[in-house]
Amino acid sequence: MKLTLKIWRQNGSQDKGKMVDYQVSDISESMSFLEMMDVLNEQIINEGGEPVAFDHDCREGICGMCSMHINGEPHGPDKGITTCQLHMRSFKDGDTITIEPFRAKAFPVIKDLMVDRSSFERIQQAGGYISVNTSGNTQDANSIPIDKHAADMAMDSATCIGCGACVASCKNASAMLFVGAKVSQYALLPQGQVEAVDRVKNMVAQMDLEGFGNCTNTGACEVECPKGISLENIARLNREYFKANVKG
Amino acid sequence: MSILDSKVPKGPLKDKWTNYKDKINLVNPANKRSIDIIVVGTGLAGGSAAATLAELGYNVKAFCYQDSPRRAHSIAAQGGINAAKNYQGDGDSTYRLFYDTIKGGDYRSREANVYRLAEVSGNIIDQCVAQGVPFARDYGGLLDNRSFGGVLVSRTFYAKGQTGQQLLLGAYSAMNRQIARGKIEMFNRHEMLDVVKINGKARGIIARNLVTGEIERHSAHAVVIATGGYGNVYFLSTNAMGSNATAAWKVHKKGAFFANPCYTQIHPTCIPRSGDYQSKLTLMSESLRNDGRIWVPKKMEDVMAIREGKKKPTDLSEEERDYYLERRYPAFGNLVPRDVASRAAKERCDAGYGVNATGEAVYLDFKSAIERYGNEQAKLHGITNASKEKITELGEEIIRAKYGNLFQMYEKIVDENPYKTPMMIYPATHYTMGGIWVDYNLMTTVEGLYCIGEANFSDHGANRLGASALMQGLADGYFILPYTIGDYLSHEIRTGKIPTNTPEFDEAEKAVTDQINAFINNKGTHSVDYFHKKLGKVMWDKCGMSRNATDLKEAIQEIKAIREEFYKEVKVPGKANEMNPELEKAGRVADFLELGELFAKDALMREESCGGHFREESVELDGEQEGEAKRNDAEFAFVAAWEYKGEPSDAVLHKEQLEFNDIELKQRSYK
Repeated sequence: MKLTLKIWRQNGSQDKGKMVDYQVSDISESMSFLEMMDVLNEQIINEGGEPVAFDHDCREGICGMCSMHINGEPHGPDKGITTCQLHMRSFKDGDTITIEPFRAKAFPVIKDLMVDRSSFERIQQAGGYISVNTSGNTQDANSIPIDKHAADMAMDSATCIGCGACVASCKNASAMLFVGAKVSQYALLPQGQVEAVDRVKNMVAQMDLEGFGNCTNTGACEVECPKGISLENIARLNREYFKANVKG
Repeated sequence: MSILDSKVPKGPLKDKWTNYKDKINLVNPANKRSIDIIVVGTGLAGGSAAATLAELGYNVKAFCYQDSPRRAHSIAAQGGINAAKNYQGDGDSTYRLFYDTIKGGDYRSREANVYRLAEVSGNIIDQCVAQGVPFARDYGGLLDNRSFGGVLVSRTFYAKGQTGQQLLLGAYSAMNRQIARGKIEMFNRHEMLDVVKINGKARGIIARNLVTGEIERHSAHAVVIATGGYGNVYFLSTNAMGSNATAAWKVHKKGAFFANPCYTQIHPTCIPRSGDYQSKLTLMSESLRNDGRIWVPKKMEDVMAIREGKKKPTDLSEEERDYYLERRYPAFGNLVPRDVASRAAKERCDAGYGVNATGEAVYLDFKSAIERYGNEQAKLHGITNASKEKITELGEEIIRAKYGNLFQMYEKIVDENPYKTPMMIYPATHYTMGGIWVDYNLMTTVEGLYCIGEANFSDHGANRLGASALMQGLADGYFILPYTIGDYLSHEIRTGKIPTNTPEFDEAEKAVTDQINAFINNKGTHSVDYFHKKLGKVMWDKCGMSRNATDLKEAIQEIKAIREEFYKEVKVPGKANEMNPELEKAGRVADFLELGELFAKDALMREESCGGHFREESVELDGEQEGEAKRNDAEFAFVAAWEYKGEPSDAVLHKEQLEFNDIELKQRSYK
């Protein structure tokens, strides 16, 4: 198929940036979206231009590195996938595709379609862990039985890949789903109880400091999350936060 | 006498590690605060090492090329992690895990290292559970296990099909705790481009800030390389796009020997390639072989009918299917080790029985498992006379619970529903057993330079068993390196801060800058990928699943020619002092172009078949094992460690003879 691509080009964080049109042809429908971008970049290089910078790594939907707003949606039109898992069979010959970086104040553009998500790092550093040293002397793994349903729910929360689609899709650029997923994982496990109060307070404080907005329950994040992290995680975050403040 | 000293402690195998730990020198907590360690790479090995070293009190500087340590490619490991816990009471033990690993590695790994790995495996699970890793559990609340290839027990712990992700996030959380405390200084979007040696010791690195293009100097009392494998030398592999061998290759050029580069693992269950534009291959976890049965049609006419779309795989009756693994290896069946399964698939496809248009695909079928689980569930739910549809529905639910995300991933890529029609799979490059040579302390042949995880050569011999990579990465990082590096650093307490304004740093930085400028100023005609693809094709065609002397000799010449053309004709757009992904790729491919040649040279030297290295000249000619790989223990029971001497063709071979005192060398039989 032949496609018209409208791509955001921005040379560095200080540059103003603009949309630029490109034409690509001979795109096969079994190509992935990023393979289509590879074809475009090869074409740009051969024509003497500068290829489009975009983040990507594992190309199997798990590392969370790829981003991109495609036709107005983070990770493009299909549900439950990252950009690297999007295939060109979702488009048709002659389509015009608009490709922009994730947009949020807390995710400044580095170049073209690449954004800086280090705000997520700082939130995790504020409390996204259980304080247990590596000693080899922790108790036996089976000494605390954990209800299978709780373990499964913790796993569902823990599958967050930290891509930032939730923030990019939210009109408030809220990171509540991202933070809620981590808080939930530990809240559902006995190992996470000891530090529950400090964890939720610190992570929420950092989230606010980074300039993410609040949640107004529109649920766009849940719809766009490539891993299907549910709004329950935000509800649990609110409960944990409330509990923590009551406890002091 | 070899110049290689493995430094394996004396004494009985099972006491070596305990005795070693009792006798090593320690660094007191106050002194640890004045010692710096650089860790390059933040996957399971690097992440766990950085966190643990920081917990101990050292000052750690950690580097990764991604925008977060959480994105390292360990995250993509699906199936699980082995540990000799024997929770299932099925006869597992430290010795058995050790034995399976040595045998699975085709007797080409070092006994003492492997035993230690098996010994600490249980601690890893304890540690991860304490960190909040949500492993799969059964209804009683205890940890669940599954089975992997090459073994007869269930010792694999898992978190759905995302075990690597959960373990990495565990290590990442441990790192975050130390970053918050200021004990780890994290350098995201940084790439190590050389190691700096002062008086023979590793004392720092030269790194490039990938956002600004700035070249930085970092010093330390020890440097740890944890940068993973070199599978991307094939261009197409299951590795991440950015996975590269640059750090490993640069330390090799500075004196670290490179061991067994020809030992690569071609994983049997990957999604077949579909076209020339393809950028990477996707793995389907080996755990699928617990329930999936692998087959091709028995009759060539059915193969043709399937390829032409006249027949569907589901049209073929049981009698018309050749479950070739079950036929050839009745004892292990679909759970033979990876190298055996991959070669068997290639054998059938080479014979013309491949089931897709390219002729390079076999089926992985879940029909029997769906029926089996369906019947079991019907009984559990008290449904008598369940209809076929009901049984299928119940069975599919179980399969979905076990492998749902893998099935979804397959469907997204191939656009077929694997619950209804068998998956198509074909082998792809996945893991590299070879790597930087290390001694028992995980130190390379350069003092103060350590190498852990996939980047080293030590534990998997010529073939790695499933679910053992995660085990090794975390064992090295959490439980082994923190001891062994302390012994070395106990001699560094009086050294003081290492300055970076020395001639050694000047020289290393200049070499890095010169290479970058050469790429940027080269007025070439082809992109970096053009050369990478060319290299990949030579590697796959001539150094792939089966190898012979003629092909390997050709490969050496061809790779050299591609390398020469690369330096003349490569075109790198953009500037040096900015975010420039093409420049990053150019440096990585330059290193692959050297490594690839050493790889072929090593494969040519090793005139035996062992594990993932299959030489067509070395097969069993008769008896029960006819056609199977033939090892040559008399001449090749050694580790091939190569010393850099300029061109890869000039590399000098050093042999570390492997001694097996606690295990009898036998031909691997999975029949």
